[in-house]
Amino acid sequence: MAWYIVRRFLQLIPVFLGATLLVYFLVFSLPGDATAAICGERGCTPAVVAGLREQYNLDEPFWIQYLLYLKGVLTFDLGTNFSGRPIATIIAEVFPTTARLAIMALVIEAVFGILFGLVAGLRKGKIFDSSVLILSLVVIAVPIFVLGFLMQFLIGVKLQWTSPTVSGDATFTELLLPAVVLGLVSFAYVLRLTRTSIIENVNADYVRTATAKGLSRRRVVSVHVLRNSLIPVVTFLGADLGALMGGAIVTEGIFNVNGVGNTLYRAVLNGDGPMVVSIVTFLILIFCLANLLVDLLYAWLDPRIRYA
Amino acid sequence: MSSSTGKESGRRAAGKDTRAEQPPSGVPQPLLELRDLAITFTTSNGDVPAVRNAHLTVMPGETVAIVGESGSGKSTTALAAIGLLPGNGRVSNGSIVFDGEDITHASEKRIVELRGSSIGMVPQDPMSNLNPVWKIGFQVKETLKANGLPSGPQDVAKVLSEAGLPDAAARANQYPHEFSGGMRQRALIAIGLSCRPRLLIADEPTSALDVTVQRQILDHLDTMTEELGTAVLLITHDLGLAAERAHKVVVMYKGQVVEAGPALELLTNPRHPYTQKLVSSAPSIASRRIESAKQAGVESEDLLAPAVSKAASLDKIIEVEDLTKVFKIRGSWGRSTDFTAVDDVSLSIARGTTTAVVGESGSGKSTVAKMVLGLESATSGSIKFDGVDITTLKRKELFDFRRRVQPIFQDPYGSLDPMYNIYRTIEEPLRVHNVGNAKSREKKVRELLDQVALPSSMMQRFPNELSGGQRQRVAIARALALDPEVVICDEAVSALDVLVQAQILNLLADLQSELGLSYLFITHDLAVVRQIADHVVVMQKGKLVEQGTTDAVFDSPQTAYTQALLAAIPGAGLVLPPEVA
Repeated sequence: MAWYIVRRFLQLIPVFLGATLLVYFLVFSLPGDATAAICGERGCTPAVVAGLREQYNLDEPFWIQYLLYLKGVLTFDLGTNFSGRPIATIIAEVFPTTARLAIMALVIEAVFGILFGLVAGLRKGKIFDSSVLILSLVVIAVPIFVLGFLMQFLIGVKLQWTSPTVSGDATFTELLLPAVVLGLVSFAYVLRLTRTSIIENVNADYVRTATAKGLSRRRVVSVHVLRNSLIPVVTFLGADLGALMGGAIVTEGIFNVNGVGNTLYRAVLNGDGPMVVSIVTFLILIFCLANLLVDLLYAWLDPRIRYA
Repeated sequence: MSSSTGKESGRRAAGKDTRAEQPPSGVPQPLLELRDLAITFTTSNGDVPAVRNAHLTVMPGETVAIVGESGSGKSTTALAAIGLLPGNGRVSNGSIVFDGEDITHASEKRIVELRGSSIGMVPQDPMSNLNPVWKIGFQVKETLKANGLPSGPQDVAKVLSEAGLPDAAARANQYPHEFSGGMRQRALIAIGLSCRPRLLIADEPTSALDVTVQRQILDHLDTMTEELGTAVLLITHDLGLAAERAHKVVVMYKGQVVEAGPALELLTNPRHPYTQKLVSSAPSIASRRIESAKQAGVESEDLLAPAVSKAASLDKIIEVEDLTKVFKIRGSWGRSTDFTAVDDVSLSIARGTTTAVVGESGSGKSTVAKMVLGLESATSGSIKFDGVDITTLKRKELFDFRRRVQPIFQDPYGSLDPMYNIYRTIEEPLRVHNVGNAKSREKKVRELLDQVALPSSMMQRFPNELSGGQRQRVAIARALALDPEVVICDEAVSALDVLVQAQILNLLADLQSELGLSYLFITHDLAVVRQIADHVVVMQKGKLVEQGTTDAVFDSPQTAYTQALLAAIPGAGLVLPPEVA
């Protein structure tokens, strides 16, 4: 097991190198002069431009630029963005907000998705099951920005149950609504996945045997049906955690959350190369770690899976 | 060997006799009584009756067997007694009385109370009946706990070791996938009997196990239930097994009880036509070479001796010499270990005869079949087909070789393409090998269907519309399409009910004498071997342990392993009057 984890961490190295190279190359190939983005519409004096080109190694060939960047990363120096702020500081500033939002969304989608899916699966074909299925289909079908703006308008503006936007502090109550919107689509998927899995497992031979042993219905469902049914659901949730941590550009935009998604969005608009590369690399690492977590969870849930 | 087990089971039956006649109260009251039971399933096509007017009594301490083919309603009947009918099934008439209490429509709460503590169950398939994500010990523990018994680690270990699980305390900490099939079934028996129920429902408890393991498990179950005084409702498709183990046998057919009575009486004097058919075709009871019936007209006595001497003078169509197959198994840290699946096996098949390869699962018998078919490469050794070594064949030659050797596989559900209709299924090999034109191929398909006794109207049907026996006939027709010289049957009748099995074996025997086919028959079922084979090869753990003519192997087995295999055939110990046997 220890060897497996070590090997998975070693696998991160080529993933990291490949991802940074690819992203760096894409940013490098963007048309237009990077300094133009920094200087804005008024433009800078040639001397300032030359200074900037020097500072960000813009005159070096691609390989040198990439290697210099790598050197910075390996010495824990992510450099500065085009506004001159240290990138590491920016990430440290916005990531906690995104992480909080992501975990809240994950908890919401997991708890409600599994609960609704369980009940729907156990009452297959009944009215609860049918209505939940239709509802989840609607959630999946309607684009997230429609749902987002709708809920912001109804709950935040009309009913005024909560603030329609998130302040810099990003408190728990402020993040609740964005978290619901963020988790909504995954909630529908978790629900459907749980439901299918429950239906499949409830007719398994070992469930019948468990009933024949004299266990109560409640215990049969919680011990023998639920755990087995959660195996595919956990895989989905883990992958989703990686995606959510990556920041929800749309949701963060709607609710004005100062998170990773919003920061990345602004960096892309500004053509801020160093910032884009750093954030994307950071997200890739998070995603890889989330996947590793899923695989370990998976082995814990299903003892037949043993990593060597 | 076989006579001693016969005595043993006789003693067991006698022991139960006395107990059944002297119940503690003095007045015999049935433990379980099913009266005119009818069970209906609600499907999208309306109500389907699964069981009608089933009548059954189990006295305390008695073993009663329900025998029938799949779909006869035997399992449904037993499951109804413990309230385990599937969601769309219900008792539509009659009553279930357990120990004087009518539990037909008892509340869920009452049924939960009865389950485990009063009525235990040992299910059919040990592979799917233990929850794969919980430790064995946990699954025993929760049973004890749910029924209000002490459930400490030592109690769990005790229950498991009673069921014959060695080293139970350590084993309790393992997961089901770390157990072999036999060990899992022992764990399930442990669970079924852990709360000392008065009635145990054993639903085909050993049909998924090898024959020697089956014998051990059933012996153990017998001993345990006898000691505990537990009544057993044994569900099985094997009449021989039922007769050997049970005191009373109930025969079910198409949802109805057609005959019931003391086991031996039912075997020796079956009254209902279905029971008569069942008795005469049960391989474990009526063991004789099928072909003998055909040859009876020509030669009256000692049928096999001339057949063998004739075969010996003929050439060998297949000669396998020193065949070895080694698989690499991936271990941890990137290392791999060798696993020898087939170890230095030599055998031959004389033209026009049948050679059976017998062994338990893991004996390497199917690997031999795959190598002879050219589907798996041999690690060393040679396989000569008609004098040519097939292990060295080129692509093109291999293609031609495949025309002459055809397989029939075990699972008639899995081996036919569900998207191909029957015509296309049988015609495909002809098309692949460019035989004739469309018209002549259609003629050939009709002939083939005729040979396997299927109507030509079947051509447009799809596999899902056919029964298991019909599908296996289609598989045989497909194998015969290219006029092969050798047919390799890999457990070709193992998945079939006993009556259908007998039909297919007869068909294979007929085709052999008609077309001069040679068969390599891979099976775990010795009873089937006796009916079809001229020559038997016994394999154990990849090695050939014994070979000889069928009669020689059956009448005077040379090795202890073969003796054990023979003794383990259900019903082998039964002594029947000559007119039946």
